[in-house]
Amino acid sequence: MELVLALAIGVLTGSGAWLLLRPRTFQVIMGLSLISYAVNLFIFSMGGLAIDKEPLLVDGVTPDLAHYADPMPQALVLTAIVIGFAMTALFLVVLLASRGSTGTDHVDGAE
Amino acid sequence: MTTLVERLAPHLAVLPILLPMGTAAVMLLMGEGRRPAKVALGASAMLAGLAVSIALLWRVSVRGPVLYVPGGWPAAYGIAVVADGLAAFMLVLAWALGACALIFASARWHRAGVHFHPLLQLQLMGLSGAFLAGDLFNLFVFFEILLAASYGLLLHGSGRSRIVAGLRYVAVNLTASSLFLVGATMLYGVTGTLNMAALSEQVAHVAAGDRGLVHAGAAILAVAFLAKAAAWPLNLWLVPAYSAATAPAAAVFAILTKVGVYALLRMWTLLFSGGPSVAFGSDALLLFGAVTASLAALAMIGASRLAQQAALSVIVSAGTLLAALGLGRDAVTGGALFYLTSSALSASALFLLVDVVERWQNAGATLDDKAPYLSPALEERDVNLDDEQEPLVGYPFPASTAFLGLAFMACMLLVAGLPPLSSFVGKFAMLSAAVGAGDGAAPITGRAWVFLGVLVGTGFASLFALTRTGIRIFWSPAREGPRIRLAEGVSIVVLLAACIGLTVAAGPVSRYALDTARALHSPGGYVDAVLGGRIAPATRADVR
Repeated sequence: MELVLALAIGVLTGSGAWLLLRPRTFQVIMGLSLISYAVNLFIFSMGGLAIDKEPLLVDGVTPDLAHYADPMPQALVLTAIVIGFAMTALFLVVLLASRGSTGTDHVDGAE
Repeated sequence: MTTLVERLAPHLAVLPILLPMGTAAVMLLMGEGRRPAKVALGASAMLAGLAVSIALLWRVSVRGPVLYVPGGWPAAYGIAVVADGLAAFMLVLAWALGACALIFASARWHRAGVHFHPLLQLQLMGLSGAFLAGDLFNLFVFFEILLAASYGLLLHGSGRSRIVAGLRYVAVNLTASSLFLVGATMLYGVTGTLNMAALSEQVAHVAAGDRGLVHAGAAILAVAFLAKAAAWPLNLWLVPAYSAATAPAAAVFAILTKVGVYALLRMWTLLFSGGPSVAFGSDALLLFGAVTASLAALAMIGASRLAQQAALSVIVSAGTLLAALGLGRDAVTGGALFYLTSSALSASALFLLVDVVERWQNAGATLDDKAPYLSPALEERDVNLDDEQEPLVGYPFPASTAFLGLAFMACMLLVAGLPPLSSFVGKFAMLSAAVGAGDGAAPITGRAWVFLGVLVGTGFASLFALTRTGIRIFWSPAREGPRIRLAEGVSIVVLLAACIGLTVAAGPVSRYALDTARALHSPGGYVDAVLGGRIAPATRADVR
């Protein structure tokens, strides 16, 4: 499972970084989105990967991290998703404004 | 009365966040118009925020750090709002700059687009939150709030140059935020906490095998902070963005790079002041700081527009501060804090001045290029019309050229760090501490030599660059005097007067800065205040 997750994060980050360095604004926003997905997966993995651990408190199971999934990264990832989503929307607005005022989708505002 | 003050005092720490949030919400409900009412509301919020920050500063300097724990959860588990000496200091600075920017904007610029006032309040909310955050994740959240507000402020007034610069600014900052998250969660993965004070304790006990992970996490986090602090090579976004922004927005942005410096100072001193990883990365800080300051100073000589030079002066001071942090000595950091205050105030004043000067130089030019969406209806509604039915932007008065010239000279002395103004005091404090004046025949280290070279060299380069621009602007053939509105003049005067006040009160201020720096470099006091519950979670006891 670690390998699959690491590969997923690596592929997402790699593609994201490549797209981020492209000259078209749409490619940049796709790159930023991919990087933020990779970061979200990374945050999630920092709580440790486990199978068969309870996410919520259950009667009769000792309430410690040995028996439960770490709730902290889940809370963090939720916040990071929301903030990333808002920032992507904001970036889209700037992207469209740039397209409208310069007449090109190049990041420099000129071909 | 005294008990009432004592009961209310812990809540002071959270007010700088709640006050602008509430004000911004009210302003949004007021719709797009009603600008005079918004100016009044915004200005009173700014003054209230400034008063709260000063009260907090006073309380912190008398009683030590103030801890506020919403919900009464112990700090390591809940959200901690911590006001220590550094946070209170930065709060006062941020609110002072915010107030001046608001007064300046009320003359003209707040009409260049919608929602200037709520955005300014949200900017202050993000800044206050970032200074007060006691854990890494809240620091991230408040960074995002202040960045989101700064995107809006940067694009205020719209126009091609702002949008193109804004696009890059947003892209760079979003990437830096991703690095922030990666760094913060790596530290969480190793230490199991995000609370800064708890991190400071945990880092010393990390197993030797995981130490590399701590270093990697801290370094990735530092890259995110360095990008915000405009360290080379991650600072190419700054000059186009800051020189394209409207003057009041740029004046507030003068403290945004300082937030990066603040975050670095806070985390670095908390994590690496002692233990096995002591002073990790100090060489990198010194190196990047020195390169940043030197390159920006060179660029300043080459820059042709005053706005670009003002933006570059922000980078120079950020680089100087980073290099000072890299030396890692109490006394140098104390001088750096003094210099930070002075350079933020002077950069802010310079940005405001640039706006007036550029308007004077382009007298007769239309606003189309600078603010295409400043519609005629918006511009002329409350603008006086003179005999020829031309809208008057301010009034020329005989002394206005002299006022601009004097203000420019003061800014020049402040940016270059020449006597007699406050930047000189800050630079002198840093230098004398770096070369170890006073402790006998201790040899000057190579690092101190580098620092000395950077400080003197960048000061000389910025003096040269600004003198040349000043000669070009002010020694030109006689023209009609510049038109300055009262609000514009007042905000510039207030900022420069603050610098002069800082010079006069150099003794007490630098003592405070030195105490703050000492507390930073031996973070035991901060950690105890947050984790030891020296100020017990008030809310729980009160409820019972």
